[in-house]
Amino acid sequence: MGLNAYLTLAAVVFCIGLFGVMSRRNTIGILLGIELMLNAVNINLVAFSRFVGNVDGMIFTVFTICITVSEAALGLAIVILLFRVRRTVTADHLDLLKG
Amino acid sequence: MNIPVLSVMTWAPLVAAVVVMFFARHRPLLVRWASLAGATVSLVASVWVYWAYDRAAAGFQFQEEIAVVPSLGISYLVAVDGMSALMCLLTSIIIFAGVFASWTVKERSQEFYALLLVLVTGVYGVFVSLDLFIFFLFYEIAVLPMYLLIGIWGSSGEVRPQGIFGWAMGRTGVGTKEYAAMKLTLYLLFGSAFILVGILALYVANGSQSFSFLVLEQVQFDPTLQSWTFLAFYIGFGILAGIWPLHTWSPDGHASAPTAVSMLHAGVLMKLGAYGVVRVGMALLPDAAVDWAWLVGTIACINIVYGALSAMAQTDLKYVIAYSSVSHMGVVMLGAATLTPTGLNGSVFQMFAHGIMTGLFFALVGLVYEKAHSREIFKMGGFATMMPGIATAFTIGGLSSLGLPATAGFVAEFLTFLGAWSSAYQWWLFPAVIGAFLTSIYVLRVAKQIFWGPKSEDPHFQHLPDAVGTEWAALGILVFVLVVFGVMPSLAIAPVDTATVPLVERLTGR
Amino acid sequence: MMNDAGLFALVSLLLPALSFLVLAVVYPFRRLGRPAAWFSIACAAGSLAAAALAWDAHADGDVSRLLWAWLPTGGEVLATVGVLADAQSTVMLTLVALVAFLVQLYSIGYLSDESPPALGRYYVYQSLFAFSMMGLVLAPNFLQLFICWELVGLCSYLLIGFWYQRPSAARAAVKAFWITKAGDVGLLIGIVLLWRHTGTFDFFEMRGLAESGAIPLAGLSLITFFIYLGAVGKSAQFPLHIWLPDAMEGPTPVSALIHAATMVTAGVYMLVRTEWLFALTPDVLLIVAFVGAFTALLAAVLACVQDDIKRVLAYSTVSQLGYMMTAIGAGYAAAGFLHLLTHGVFKALLFLGAGALIHAVHSNDLKDMGGLARRMPQTAIVFVIGTLSLAGIPFFAGFLSKEGILGATLAGGLMAPFAVLMLVAFLTAFYMFRVVFLALFASRAMHASPLQPADASPIHHDAVEATHGSPVHDPPATMVLPLWILAIGSVGIGLYFTFVHPEEEFVNPGWLMPAAVVTAVAGIALAWMAYQKRSIDAAGLANAFAPIRTAALRRFWLDDLFEGIYNLVFLGFSKLVGWIDRYLVDGVLNALSAWTLTAGDDVRTIQSGKAQDYVYGVAVGLLVLLLWARWVLA
Repeated sequence: MGLNAYLTLAAVVFCIGLFGVMSRRNTIGILLGIELMLNAVNINLVAFSRFVGNVDGMIFTVFTICITVSEAALGLAIVILLFRVRRTVTADHLDLLKG
Repeated sequence: MNIPVLSVMTWAPLVAAVVVMFFARHRPLLVRWASLAGATVSLVASVWVYWAYDRAAAGFQFQEEIAVVPSLGISYLVAVDGMSALMCLLTSIIIFAGVFASWTVKERSQEFYALLLVLVTGVYGVFVSLDLFIFFLFYEIAVLPMYLLIGIWGSSGEVRPQGIFGWAMGRTGVGTKEYAAMKLTLYLLFGSAFILVGILALYVANGSQSFSFLVLEQVQFDPTLQSWTFLAFYIGFGILAGIWPLHTWSPDGHASAPTAVSMLHAGVLMKLGAYGVVRVGMALLPDAAVDWAWLVGTIACINIVYGALSAMAQTDLKYVIAYSSVSHMGVVMLGAATLTPTGLNGSVFQMFAHGIMTGLFFALVGLVYEKAHSREIFKMGGFATMMPGIATAFTIGGLSSLGLPATAGFVAEFLTFLGAWSSAYQWWLFPAVIGAFLTSIYVLRVAKQIFWGPKSEDPHFQHLPDAVGTEWAALGILVFVLVVFGVMPSLAIAPVDTATVPLVERLTGR
Repeated sequence: MMNDAGLFALVSLLLPALSFLVLAVVYPFRRLGRPAAWFSIACAAGSLAAAALAWDAHADGDVSRLLWAWLPTGGEVLATVGVLADAQSTVMLTLVALVAFLVQLYSIGYLSDESPPALGRYYVYQSLFAFSMMGLVLAPNFLQLFICWELVGLCSYLLIGFWYQRPSAARAAVKAFWITKAGDVGLLIGIVLLWRHTGTFDFFEMRGLAESGAIPLAGLSLITFFIYLGAVGKSAQFPLHIWLPDAMEGPTPVSALIHAATMVTAGVYMLVRTEWLFALTPDVLLIVAFVGAFTALLAAVLACVQDDIKRVLAYSTVSQLGYMMTAIGAGYAAAGFLHLLTHGVFKALLFLGAGALIHAVHSNDLKDMGGLARRMPQTAIVFVIGTLSLAGIPFFAGFLSKEGILGATLAGGLMAPFAVLMLVAFLTAFYMFRVVFLALFASRAMHASPLQPADASPIHHDAVEATHGSPVHDPPATMVLPLWILAIGSVGIGLYFTFVHPEEEFVNPGWLMPAAVVTAVAGIALAWMAYQKRSIDAAGLANAFAPIRTAALRRFWLDDLFEGIYNLVFLGFSKLVGWIDRYLVDGVLNALSAWTLTAGDDVRTIQSGKAQDYVYGVAVGLLVLLLWARWVLA
């Protein structure tokens, strides 16, 4: 299997994640989408690492997984706080940034 | 002569501002004395420069140079010639009187004086610096404090939305001090952009070596480049000089500003614009100056007549004075556009004369407002009985404004008239003279309405005191200068002449 | 060039300046009132002595020029100031100094009711006026002439408005300034043009050029016409004469000094001074003559219907100025100048005499006077002397100078103006003796009816808070003394010229003198019959000239015309421009900023605040970027 297959898989996973981020109404769902996108990146890193023969990509992946975990923890904490304050986690209602 | 006298003059107000800001909290009297000390140092320095300036040698003197960014050719290069020496003197007189005129500012006087002094440093810097980069920096320093000074200490008026653009007036908040401050700042920064482009264009055209005026002066720029950079300078500086139709910031700004700021602004800052056109525009771009003279002069004529007519239509005293500035700045620009020694002398002298007289006017308006709490001309009447001193000073200022001999205004206008008739566009003389006539109508009309006639019935106007104490200082100084320079114009013209004659030779002997 | 003779003139000029400076600057001294006044009078007396010495030194044709550089330009002296003393200017100087001194002396009595600060202020103005007027007379060039010209205008403005609390005085002061300033616009343009034309302001150099024919004639007429416009304003020629009658709002001594003897004659003096220049442009001289004659007639007609004694005198001044102008226009400036001098003496006398009458009865209105000769014999005598002079009766000052003007007009070949002037001579005698009979001789009851009030508002009671009810009597010594000096002057000049005939540039026809005298006597006789003897009904006389009378009472609608111009052209136009500026020029700017605000409001709705929309935007942007990189860049 060539590099292309891995990259295609990563692209598909990324697009699924992106679609999730853009279309989910629930904030938890958006967070899940973000996780998918990050994992797509991980796939890319590992694949390139494997085909280039350089271990750097693997190391980055480990970092990313760590970051992903902390990001998930942080994101969920924000969502819980949001829920406490606004009594909703529906993304459409969270428009404090509106100009 | 080891004292860097120009630097002392320029930075003394800034030092005073620092003192005021950091060492005078909650000590209002110290604020005033420190400011006065700063202004006095500058005044002494500028008088000394003016006195010691060697008229026989002419050219730029008292030169100081410190390299700032050698790789880009930026240096702190200051010097004065006859023209800028007179302008520095004007600045010193106005700020000196201005410190007295704002003696009674109550709200946040510490910040007020500090900003005023910073502004003055900027003004001196513009008049003395010969490095265009530093010139521009000073120019911005001179313009920006205005926003705060008007926005915080200013006063708002009422303007009724009317006409086809009435909808827009309501939306922009016409009449408020915030509106005036914002309008002034945006307008002047808009102009600065043109100036910066012009300066950079000249810098690049000369191979990016030096911003020095002395270097660029030697360069013969390409005619096309000259043509559009001159226009950029004309628009950029012209906005500050109040050229029609880009003048409308000035009445609003002057009317909203507190007394000392109006004095400085109309008295000195508008001169920066005219000075810039002459110093940077005409001296660096002589060919373009000759080519565009028709435009500069014609717009100046519009300024003169249009400003005078607009002033006549106003009912708010401050607006009258503000529009008279627009009219008088027309005389300045007209004198410059004549490209003759008489006209240019008239132009520079008018900068001086108008600076003093308008400073006087705004000081008086401030006093009248402080005492009568009104600026509505047609509500006042018969004030001369109660405030004879103010009435006298107003009359003298008014007479100078309408160009009465024995005041500085006459000499300036007369020289400009001579210049206009000697120029390539002789018809300029007629609008200029008619403008002077119109001035006599509106000035005397206002003076008659406010000071003469029977005492107003209005209960607010029954017991108005005349000027007292320090208030006299501002009036006395300005009236004295106005009359002395009117009776002995050679005091000012002789040094100015040493600067304008070479300039005219450069302009016409291309 | 420096000599004693010139120094006298200089001292004469500088003494009032000293007085002005001291009074203007030393504030406490000025507020003392009377001491300040006496200081000013002392300076005026010194000035008079110096002027007389200067006249004596220059009478035989010596010329002194003292010049100082004043205005440098282009490395050279552009303009000088100084003193040009010759026979012409020193005699005028003496007249100015004399009248100024007498008027200042007279004012002490006349304004005795003023508060000390006001009196001090009055003498500041008086000193400034004396200095400026002398500077004008001695001006060696057009620039100094113009400077002093404007300064005397300023003093006129300040002194007319001396009682500034009165709306009418404030109005009259401003009106006088504006109207004369309108003429000055012409003068200023003329001076600028002339400078360019000849390259100098200096009379001496310019005269040299003119006499050697070095001044190009092309365009010169326009220049002299502009200069003449200045004289039209200052010397109250038609149509700018309308300020002078209103100027009578000022104190009467001011009217005597400024609006009769000196300042209003400045225009005539300037034309006399530059006759060599005007001689080059005969077409302009013709205009001068015709306008002058017309002014003389118009003002004489107006004088006939006035009931305010000062206004009669004011119109009479306008009329006499027209006389002088006509002579100058005819090409005989010397005749005009002579009349200027004699007129200065006897018109000052008349005004001061009228002031004494007004001071006594507290009214300007002829109807409030009557039979005053018995109670104020001294005033009556001097007033009659003045009137006889003005009417042109032999042995009085005005006789010879008036005849000179008539002769000059005839010699200049101007038949129509000559006829007009003869008519004016008749009218002058008539209206002046109307005043004499009504005020001095006829009893008050006798002239209850004849004429309606002339002006809507005769000026009342000059001396404001004088002691009412006190018996009418001759004024105090400080007021009587100047009257007698001027009266003796009038008679003295008349007698002097009766025996020492000055050399004329032209020969009068033999019939002229009898004709002039008969005309004057006829005028007197008519006035006597109408107002003293009552053998002619004054009302009937008035009805005979009803249309003219109606027009004259409305001042030939000229004031209305000017007021209309002021309201419509100046105020109306300024309103228009002011509106355009506020609402169109500034409006465009406001519209631009309002549009900017609106556009900002519209664009900001893109920013929904929903994070997903932003992600959507980023994704689409990225896609576009990728496609662009793939298809366009490749």
